[in-house]
Amino acid sequence: MLLNWLSRLLLAAFAALILAPLAIVVITAFKTRPEFYADPLSLPASWTFHNFAALFDGQPMWAYFRNSVVVTVFSVAAELLIAGCVAYAIMRSGKRMAGALFALFAAGLMVPSHVNMIPLYSLLQKLGWSNSLTALVLVTVSVLLPLSVFMLSGFMKTLPRELLEAGEIDGAGHWTTLVRIVFPLCAPFLAATAAFLFVIVWNDLLFPMLLINGKDKLTLPLALLRFRGEYITDYPLLLTGVVVTAAPMVVLFVFLQRYFISGALAGSLKG
Amino acid sequence: MKKWMKLMPFWAPGLLLYALFFIYPTLTGFYYSFTDWDGLSPSYRYIGFDNYAAVSQDIVFHKSLVNNLKFMAAILLSQTVISLLLALRLTRQSKAIVALRALYFLPTVLSSVSVGFIWTFIYDPTLGSLNALLERVGLSTWAQNWLGDSAIAIFSVAAVQAWAHIGQMVILFVAGLQSIPKELLESARLDGAGRFSLFFRITWPLLAPAAAIVVSYTTIQSFKAFDLVFTMTGGGPAYSTEILSTYIYGSAFLSYTFGKAATASVFFLALISIITFLQFRLLRTDRISY
Repeated sequence: MLLNWLSRLLLAAFAALILAPLAIVVITAFKTRPEFYADPLSLPASWTFHNFAALFDGQPMWAYFRNSVVVTVFSVAAELLIAGCVAYAIMRSGKRMAGALFALFAAGLMVPSHVNMIPLYSLLQKLGWSNSLTALVLVTVSVLLPLSVFMLSGFMKTLPRELLEAGEIDGAGHWTTLVRIVFPLCAPFLAATAAFLFVIVWNDLLFPMLLINGKDKLTLPLALLRFRGEYITDYPLLLTGVVVTAAPMVVLFVFLQRYFISGALAGSLKG
Repeated sequence: MKKWMKLMPFWAPGLLLYALFFIYPTLTGFYYSFTDWDGLSPSYRYIGFDNYAAVSQDIVFHKSLVNNLKFMAAILLSQTVISLLLALRLTRQSKAIVALRALYFLPTVLSSVSVGFIWTFIYDPTLGSLNALLERVGLSTWAQNWLGDSAIAIFSVAAVQAWAHIGQMVILFVAGLQSIPKELLESARLDGAGRFSLFFRITWPLLAPAAAIVVSYTTIQSFKAFDLVFTMTGGGPAYSTEILSTYIYGSAFLSYTFGKAATASVFFLALISIITFLQFRLLRTDRISY
């Protein structure tokens, strides 16, 4: 009985620990600066969108938002297609070739991005590709290949062989098999992988920081990082930036929870 | 036509990108580690193992290595214990429990920059909510300069990392717990096993694979915590929160010693490989199935 109450208390306490900081941030975003300095913990006297207006006036927020959407959507789509094809090749190759391909990509799982950020940076400088969103997409796709190939080929292995062979007897080529049979069968898993990759790419700071410097090309996390320099004394405005950049992801999460959670589950088992 | 030739259109694009933007940089990294390149000038010299000697004697590198291990230990301990305690109560599929799991998971979808700013604000010594709260409940002596005091800053950041990732570990533990056959627990209960012996004799051994995954994932994450440290402290005060990845970034882009940064990356990779190898062994040998 006592243990039951204690564990309920623990659950509630942790829920409060997650919610309280987020609530304080949202509340602060609705306060004026003088209000905030007078009492950092109070509720705003009136809920105004003053900070939101100031943020959108002072920053090309829509451009940041568009950059993030473009980079994330293109990266995730390309990632699923390219890694999906590699995983398919691994599934259909002979034992040796499949083993070699798989080992080559899986080895990359051990190399954190921070290990090769320096040579990657100089390679892109040499190619004259600095400050390009296309380069950012290509690099992002390449760096996530080990994880995605691992996740997708792990799943494709569970597909029933007979189904693929049945298609072949009917004269279906590899493309037809991939598009008509493998991808549809993988659909829920592709969605979970996409959700997992979406979070990683949308929130990434390192590669945008290495590759992007023009103000018109910033993605949301990078722009947010730069707000600190500009709004150093203005917590309400800075936290409005946090709310605005986090909101789209939170909304997506609320609606697509299932995929986020199953993606994270599969991703952590493999990653 | 050979099988692998026919499949070439499927693996070639991926392999090309991977070779160009992953394998090639990783290999050239080794090469740069033997040079005195500053990252800017077109020419550089081969200097043998000088960088290796310099980095291994660098006090800041030592500090970042020790900090990284402290950071890892703090997160491993707090994240694993708390998420396990929570997960034990969250295995059922009722509406409230699913909602609770989703709530705990929520910080995972926020960017580290957002999480970093949220907690920089909460931790702020004069305007932050944490000290204000402590004062209100009469614990003002507990108030700290959370990120400004070099003795505790690394643990303050570790707490934030744990805050953001416990939900993810809960999901992993819940999946592990749900895979334990109900009949096993039921029959043990009928045999008169108490709550604690039930946990230590049955649940825990069967949970070992999930626990191994949580541990290895948490470890790797603690080495990848660049975004959070960079946002919250930038490695300060006095290098007290410098970890390996911020050290590498700093020696490349703040002191313009690319050669040294590449050398530190080699050490970093070696360390990660050793840890991954050890944990891989652990994961394999700990696998218990009934």
